[in-house]
Amino acid sequence: MTEQTHEIRLNVNGVEHEAAVPARRLLSDALRHDLGLTGTHVGCEHGVCGACTVLVDGQPMRSCLMFAVSAAGHEITTVEGLARPDGELGPVQQAFRECHGLQCGFCTPGFLTTITAGIAENPDPTEDEARDMVAGNLCRCTGYQNIVKAVCRAAELARADEDGAA
Amino acid sequence: MKPAPFDYVRPGSLEEALQALAGHPGAKVLAGGQSLVPLLSMRLAAPAVLVDINDLPDLDHVRVSADGVRIGALARHAAVLRDPDVARVQPLVPLALANVAHATIRNRGTTVGSLVHADAAAEMPMVLRLLDGSLDVAGPGGRRTIPVAELYVGPLESSLHHDEIAVEAFFPALAPHTGVAFEEIARRHGDYAMCGVAAVVTLDGDRVVQARAGYLSVSDVPAVIDLTDALGGEVTEASLAAAADAALEQLEPETDIHATADYRAHLARVLTARVVTAAHENAREARS
Ligand SMILES: Cc1cc2nc3c(=O)[nH]c(=O)nc-3n(C[C@H](O)[C@H](O)[C@H](O)COP(=O)(O)OP(=O)(O)OC[C@H]3O[C@@H](n4cnc5c(N)ncnc54)[C@H](O)[C@@H]3O)c2cc1C
Ligand code: FES
Ligand code: FES
Repeated sequence: MTEQTHEIRLNVNGVEHEAAVPARRLLSDALRHDLGLTGTHVGCEHGVCGACTVLVDGQPMRSCLMFAVSAAGHEITTVEGLARPDGELGPVQQAFRECHGLQCGFCTPGFLTTITAGIAENPDPTEDEARDMVAGNLCRCTGYQNIVKAVCRAAELARADEDGAA
Repeated sequence: MKPAPFDYVRPGSLEEALQALAGHPGAKVLAGGQSLVPLLSMRLAAPAVLVDINDLPDLDHVRVSADGVRIGALARHAAVLRDPDVARVQPLVPLALANVAHATIRNRGTTVGSLVHADAAAEMPMVLRLLDGSLDVAGPGGRRTIPVAELYVGPLESSLHHDEIAVEAFFPALAPHTGVAFEEIARRHGDYAMCGVAAVVTLDGDRVVQARAGYLSVSDVPAVIDLTDALGGEVTEASLAAAADAALEQLEPETDIHATADYRAHLARVLTARVVTAAHENAREARS
C-alpha cells in the first residue's frame, strides 16, 4: 500500500514552507526532517519531556502531540525563531547564557520556547511562578536552579526591551 | 515510535464530521490529541481514519449562566481555567483544572476530550460525576444528552457510540449554602495524581445536610461516595474519621507502578478529611 500524502503549507518563524507529508507525520518530525529545522528536539514522543515544545500562534504546545497536517494554517515559532532580527540572542537565550541555564542543551529548545511564552503572559514572575512555568519540561543535567534564575533574568531583559522601545 | 498510517479528514461542519465517522467503523475523533496521539505513537491504537474536529465552527465556547457552565468540545483546558465566570458559578471546575497536566498541555487538550477519554486518573471525569453533570453528543440520529451516571461504563470507556461526537459538557452551578474543595497528591505538580479527592458540602444553618466526595486514581472508574450519613450533620475529628472509613469501605484502591493499594487508601483517608474540612469552611463563608 502506498501512503497518501498531503500537500501542506507551514508558516514557521514567519516563513512559508511547502511540504508533502503523510497524515501521520508528527509536527516535530516535519520541522526536523521535512524543513531541516533541527533546533526542535525530540525526547519522549509522548508529551512528557517538553523538549519538542514550539509556539503555535504564540502558545507553547508539544510538537510531538500534533500532526503536521493539523498545524497547517497556524503560525509556528521554533527555537530558531527566537533570535533578534539582527541575529543577536533574544532575551531568553541571553538569560540562559548569563545564568548557565543549560549543560548538554538537549532540553534547552523546549525551555526557551516555553519561557518566551511564559514571560509574555507574566512579565514579572516570582521565583515560584518561574518554577511553575517550567514544570512541564524535563532537564536531566541542570537541577533547574539556574533555569529558574534564567526565567527571572529573561523577564528582566524583556522588560528592559519594552522600556527601551517605549 | 510513530503512528501507523491512517486517513485524515478535517471537516468544516458537524454534518460532514458525522458523515466521515459514520462511513468508517474504524474512525476516531481527534480533538486536542493530548491523549490520542501518544496512544497512536505507541501503537496502542491504530484507527483507519482520524476525523480532526478542530475546524468545526461553534464548538469553541464556554457559556456560563445561573444554571451552570457549558463547555464546547473545542474549548481548551487553558481557556476554561482562566474564565472568571466559570470560577464564580462553579469554582470546583477551575480548582480541578489547575491540576490537569502542565500549562503547555492545557493549551491544546480539551476538557470535553478528557471527559470522553474517561481516564479514572483524570480530574474532569470525576468532577463531572461529583457534580452530576452531563454530556451532549451529536450522532446520525441527532443530538442526545448523556447524564454522567450513564457516561462511564468501564476503564477508559465512555458510553458514546463510535459514530457520535461530543459537542458540549454541562457542569451544574454551585448550589446555595454549598462549598467545594479539591486536593491531589502527585509526584510533581501537573503529573497524573496517585490519588485525588474533591468534596461538595451543603449546610442548613450549622448542620451538614449533604456531603459527597469524588475520588480519582483510586479505582478503575471515577468514584463518588455519599458521606452525609457518616458525618452525622457535623464536621469534627470523629465524624471525619467516620466519613473516611465509610469511603474506604466502598472504594477498592488498586496497586500499580505508581503506588500500592495501601498507600492509596492512606492518601484517600487523609485527603477526604482535608477536602471535607475545606469545603465545609467554604460553605460557612458563603453563608456569612
Ligand atoms: C504529559 C501529559 C500529562 C497529562 N496529565 C494529565 C492529568 O494530570 N490529568 C488529566 O486529566 N489529563 C492529563 N493529560 C491528558 C490531557 O488532559 C488531555 O487533554 C485529555 O485527556 C484529552 O483531551 P484531548 O482534547 O487532547 O483529546 P484527544 O487526545 O484528541 O482524544 C482523546 C480521546 O477522546 C476522543 N474524543 C476527544 N474529543 C472528542 C469529541 N468531542 N467527541 C468524541 N470523541 C472525542 C478521541 O477519539 C480519543 O479517543 C495529560 C496529557 C499529557 C500528554
Ligand atoms: S518529545 Fe515531545 S514532549 Fe517529549
Ligand atoms: S541541559 Fe541537559 S537535559 Fe537539560
